[in-house]
Order: sequence, then C-alpha cells, then structure tokens
Amino acid sequence: MNSTVIYMLILMVALTFGGFLFNRNLALDLYQDYRFRQFQEQTSRDLSFRSGWHSQASYHGYFTACMVGIALIIVFLLGVSGRGRSPQFDIGWLIAALGTGLAVIALSGRLIGPAFAARIWVERFVHFVLIVLSVIAVLTTLGIIFSLLLESLLFFSEVSIFDFLFGLQWSPQTALRVDQAGQSGAFGAVPIFAGTFLIMAVAIAIAGPVGLMIAIYLSEYASKQTRKIVKPTIEILAGIPTVVYGFFALLTVGPSIRHVAEIMGFSVPTQSALAAGVVIGVMIIPLISSLSDDVINAVPQSIRDGAYALGATKSETMKRVVFAGALPGIISAFLLAISRAIGETMIVVMAAGRASNLTANPFDTATTVTVQIVALVTGDQEFDSPKTLAAFALGLVLFVITLILNMIALSSVRRYRERYD
Amino acid sequence: MTKMSTTSSEIHGKETELVSQHLTPSAKRHLRRRHRKETRFLIYGRGAVFFALSALTWLLVSLVWMGITTFRQNYIQLNVALDAAVIAPDGNVDSEALRRADYREVIRKAMTGLMPEVTDETERMALYDLVSKSGAENEVRQRLYNAPALLGETLQISAPTSDHVDQLLKGHIKRSVPETRRKLSDQQVLWVDVLKDRGVITSKFNSILLSQADSRDPELAGVAGAVIGSVLIILIAFLLALPIGVGAALYLDEFAPRNRWTDYIEISINNLAAVPSIVFGLLGLAIFINILGFQRSIPVVGGMVLALRAFPTIVIATRSALQSVSPSLVDGALSLGASHTQAVFQQKIPLATPGILTGSIIAMAQVLGETAPLLMIGMVAFVTDVPSSIADPATALPVQIFLWSENAERAWVERTAAAILILLFILVMMNGFAIWLRNRLEKRNLN
Repeated sequence: MNSTVIYMLILMVALTFGGFLFNRNLALDLYQDYRFRQFQEQTSRDLSFRSGWHSQASYHGYFTACMVGIALIIVFLLGVSGRGRSPQFDIGWLIAALGTGLAVIALSGRLIGPAFAARIWVERFVHFVLIVLSVIAVLTTLGIIFSLLLESLLFFSEVSIFDFLFGLQWSPQTALRVDQAGQSGAFGAVPIFAGTFLIMAVAIAIAGPVGLMIAIYLSEYASKQTRKIVKPTIEILAGIPTVVYGFFALLTVGPSIRHVAEIMGFSVPTQSALAAGVVIGVMIIPLISSLSDDVINAVPQSIRDGAYALGATKSETMKRVVFAGALPGIISAFLLAISRAIGETMIVVMAAGRASNLTANPFDTATTVTVQIVALVTGDQEFDSPKTLAAFALGLVLFVITLILNMIALSSVRRYRERYD
Repeated sequence: MTKMSTTSSEIHGKETELVSQHLTPSAKRHLRRRHRKETRFLIYGRGAVFFALSALTWLLVSLVWMGITTFRQNYIQLNVALDAAVIAPDGNVDSEALRRADYREVIRKAMTGLMPEVTDETERMALYDLVSKSGAENEVRQRLYNAPALLGETLQISAPTSDHVDQLLKGHIKRSVPETRRKLSDQQVLWVDVLKDRGVITSKFNSILLSQADSRDPELAGVAGAVIGSVLIILIAFLLALPIGVGAALYLDEFAPRNRWTDYIEISINNLAAVPSIVFGLLGLAIFINILGFQRSIPVVGGMVLALRAFPTIVIATRSALQSVSPSLVDGALSLGASHTQAVFQQKIPLATPGILTGSIIAMAQVLGETAPLLMIGMVAFVTDVPSSIADPATALPVQIFLWSENAERAWVERTAAAILILLFILVMMNGFAIWLRNRLEKRNLN
C-alpha cells in the first residue's frame, strides 16, 4: 500500500470533518448575530418572532462536508492512476487535495445565510448516495452474469457447446505448451453433472426426511422448553464453516464408512460420493428444518382443529391436512436446499475426489461442478487457455441452475405467505 | 367426555376407553393400528432430532479429540556451545554473517552432548533427528543475531522436538507398531524415554501454534499469519459491506418509489444471498484480477469479494430491523415538523441499530468461514510471514485449514483440527458478541 494513499485518505477525512465543524460554527455565529438584530427590530411589535433561517446550523456544516467529500473524491480518482510515479507527483497531489478542500470550504461558507436551503441539498445528496449504494447490488449481479458469460463465450468459441453439455468424456488436461499439439483435452461435462446430481441426491435423501421430521416434531409435538433449546442447537449446524465439514468428512465420516463397509465385506474408498453427500446432508438439515418449521407454523390453527374435530390423530392431521397446506413452502425449502447442495464446494473438494467417472454408485468417488471449477482455476492459470475458461462455463451452468431454483423457491414462498396472511 | 382437553393424545386415550366397548373387533384393530402409527410418527420425529444432535456432537467431539493435544507440545532443553570456530569459520562475526551462518553443527554437538555414550556416526544422526532441526537452528540464530556478544559462550535453548517425537509422546505413534512401520526406531524411542525421564524433554504450552505463520515443518507451523490475514480480510469486507448493505436497505425500505427498477434491485439482492459462494470467487477472478489488474492472493481482493458475498445478508438483516421499529415514532417526528429524511435518520436508525449491528456481525461470522471464493482468487499461496498490510500476500484461516488438511501425517491432522478449534472459537466469540451487543443496546433503548 502506497503511503501517499494513506496520507490522502487521512487528509480527506480531516478536511471533510474540519469543513463540517468550521462551517457549522460559522453558521451558528451568523445565526446568533441575525437573531440579535431581528430581536432588536421585532421586540417592539411582536413577541413571537420566527427564526427566519431555512436550515439549522448543522445542516450548513453537513452541506460543506458533502461538497468537500465530492470534490476530494474527484481529486482522489483523478490522481489515483498517477500515484507513486514520482515524489513530486505525490506531493503535488496532496497539495492539490488540500487546496481544493479549503477552497470548497470557503466557497460553501459564503453560501451560509437565512435563505440558503442547506437541508434540502443535504437530503438530496443522501438520497443520491443511497441510490448509488443500492445500484451496487444490481451491478454485482450484472458483474457475475457479464464475467461468466464473457469467459464462457470465449470457451464455447473453442469447444462446441453441444460437446460440453452432452459429451461423456471429461479430461481437461490440455497441452501445457504450444508444441505439445494433439493432446487437446476433452470437455464433455456429463460425468460432472452426473456426479453433482448423485451427491445432491444423497444429501437430500439425508436432509429431506430428517429436516422435515425435525420441523414437524418441533412445531407440533415438542414442548416450548424443548423447542427453545433444540432449535438453536440444530441451527449451529448451519453456522459451521464448510471447510470444517470437509475435514470431518475426510477424516471421520469417510474412514468410518470404509470401516463399516470392510466389516460387511466391501471395499470402499475413503473419498466417496456417500461421505460427501451425507455430510452435505447434515449441513443442510437446519435449512430445511427452519424453513419447513416456519411454513408449518404459518398454517392456521383452525385447519388443525377442524381435522381433530373429525377424529383424526395428530399424525393424521399432520400428514393429510397440515402437510398439504404447507406443501408449497416445504417444496421451496427443498429447492433452496438442493441449490445449496449443488453449490457446496469445500466438502466435495475435500471428501468426494477429483476423478470424473460416470457412475450411479454412491460408494464410488464422484466429482462435481464445484470441484472441477476449483481444480481448473487453482494452480497455474492463463486466461486464454480453454482449461481456465472451462471453469467459467461450469460456473455459468452452476449459476443458471441455482438462479432458477432460487427464483422458483423465493417466489413460491412469497405466494404461499400471501395465501395465509 | 365433558371436559375438553387440549392435547389430542389425551382425547384419543379417553375416547378409546369409552368407545372401545362398543366397537367391533375389526374397528378395534383399526383403531390400534392408527394409534401405533401415531406412536411411530412421534418416534420418527424424536429420531430425526436425535440424529441431528448426535451428528453435531460427533462433529464437535471428534474435532476436539483430534485437536486438543496440539495446544501442548514437547520441547527439548539444549545446552548449545556457541563455538566461534564452528559458526564463523572465516572469522567474520558481524550480525549479517551470523544471520546467514550454518548452525547445524552446533545443534548436532548439543544433541550429542545429551547422550555422550553414543559414538557411532549413524546413531548420532538418529539422535540428531529427535530435535526439530530448523526450529533449534532458528532459535539459536535469532538469539545470536539479537546479542552477538553471546558468541563463544554456552546458550541454553528450548527447541521443539521433531514432530515424530511429539506424536510418540502424545501416544499417536503407537509403541506396539513394529519398528519397520514406525517413523521412529526402537533406539530412538528408548532415547526419548530416557530424555523424558531426565526432564530434558518437557511438555509445555504450544506457543508456536499461536504466534507463528505457516511452515513446512508441522512442529513449527502456526496459525498467526492466517488469523491476521483473516482479520484484514474481514475488516475490509466489513468496511465495504456495511455501508453498501445498510444504504441499499435504507433506500429500498424508506425512499424507493415502488416501480420496476426497485423490484429488480430487490430481486437481485434476494438472489445474491443464495448464489453459491464459489461464483463470487469466479467474479473476483474475472473482474478484480483479470480486468482491474489487482495482484493475486492479497487481502484487499479477498475483502472485496467477501464484501459482495456479505452485503445481501446485511441488507436482509437491516430491512427486518427497520421494519420492526414502531411506525408511531416516525409519525411523531413527522408531526413535529421533521422532514422524512430527518425522521428516518434521527428516529428509525438509532432504534434499528442493534438489529443492524447484530445482523452485520453474524454476516461477517458467515463470511469468515468462506473458503471457496478465496481459493478462486489465489489465496492458497504458501505464506510463511505474518502479513503486515492489506497488500501483502496472505492466507486466511479457513484456507489454511484446507491447505493443512491435504497432509496426511498425524502431526498435520492434529494441527488442522486445532486450527479448526481456533476458527470455531472465533466464530463463537463473534456470535456471542453480536448477541451481547443486541441485548445491551435493546435494554438501553427501552430505558
């Protein structure tokens, strides 16, 4: 970090704050002066005099601070590309910032007066800043789409999109040097999609029933006391970093599965789709249980009472009445969980293996989209090699699938909420 | 059945008694079957809770089991004779030469001094293997560099033992394993026991783990560099994400007109919160590194990527905090002549602050554990220095855990688990702080 930039930032903060204090005090002085004269004029006629100033003194100060802030940010952006080029430049830059700041403070000090609507301007400025900040949200989304699309288009100009989506062979190890021709990699992503699906299926097979039963138990059967303890405890599972789960899958769950399989007479590798899937399943239990709990609780009590009045047991009420009512919400919980399981990276990187083999056997190693992205991008990378670009194509597929799942889930949750509100 | 009881199981119990006398056998069977189903359903529910809780327990217990031993480490006391003729054979004894000098020989001599009866050269090498070589050398080098006057005297140092000795004494290398499959020979095991009995090898608190950065040798590797890297990254992410998140939430909740554009903003924020984190890493790689030309593996880029990851969560938390403020306060301010902006900034935001801060700290705790985006922007470098600024190559604690987990040796497994315990401890502290802050601020607001 260039020390000039640090001085510059300190100077900017100091000038902005100093400008605020200076002009606020100036406005206070002018105001008292004004009030005094007004008092002398008015006391004879009218005891209830108006202040006559549009804005409070502090708003004149804020106005100065805004102006100084804008001016200095412009100076900063103009100078930032040239920093460090020469000591003279750096000193000149700092002096220019100081001069601009002082000039702006003096100029906005001239504006202080009864008629100047400082508050309106400050509020407009705040408004503008807030709009800029929320546009960053859209820019992030656009940035993701733009960067993924751009790099993917470059990739698809070298590898056909049909080969990518429907090819059965994945071996991205392309030629390292230009003269190693004839060793171009194969970019058929079907084995990867299959592996992702397999691991996701294992995870949902664990988390779906368990999460749903937890939600039903906690909302319908458990006492308030139990619920108060158990619910946050289970939600701890969602707060544990995924790299910790990855280590757990690699060092504890994987070997345990292998051990159990050995006792039963199978040979299973430590890294397997099953180990990764089970651990992802455990990780997303709270996602399903919390969301399902919310929607089950949102089903009106009168519907339950109706079922009880017809002689239904609690579980019958749950299975045939409440569940049907909560189904849209539960489905969206599952969709969000699926999206989470597909996008999960560290657990599969550490516990599922990297070899791409087209298999439906969960005891085998399997690879996923995220594992391949990590494998393609970490290590040496060049932005023009299809190997790195393939990561972006996989990222695009991942983004599109999770986006669709999230969209459906979020909109159906919203529609569901509206139904019972 | 005069009194209505509230729980349905009670209703069913009494009803069965009363009604069952008048039922046909098949109806009784049917009723019993239904009640068995009810019991079974309850068991499934309890089983699911039990499964989740035992998975959590298994996870935590296995991590503590694997990691707790790392916090103590075995050190070996050595009397190192700082012979000038051995250290500086060319007679050059300025501090630069001392920093570059080779200390292997003096350490070997010191090790031999512990066991004078060992004379065979191969056996002496095996004896020398008991101490952490670079650990002991660095210790001597550092002490001598700080005080060159020590040259020629005898220095007492406490160096870590080699990782195999440490693992043996912690019981992770089994003595029962045949010698050929053990990292230490029978002779070495014997020496270790003798030295332990003599009090030369002692077990002390492992300060290396908490004060050093990464290393190739497990006994010298620590998490300090990664922790500082994580702190820098999180600070940058917090400074960027908090204004963006709070600003966007304020705009959407308080100032935005309801139209198509604000709908787009809202939808894209909600979606960003659910986009896989690895996609943010790809974004950082393509935009910050490839287009804007930032250096790889520096905390600034990591902080920016994680800020993008964190701010949707902050937006959601801020909005719910703003919505929970009673509208009557704003109405009161408006009726006293405040402008809309004044009412929001002077009435609403102070009351929403506990919620906003809690949400932001929890969002920061979430991204502190993020690994995948940092892998994408190249924060997997092997960094042996504690980073001193936001533009130094650094690594983060979760990435360090990932890197260490790729080593299969027991000493590394132990350290990985210890690093995880430290990460979890930091997370618990952050979440605890968030909850404490919320309680405190909310109490103050009520007064």
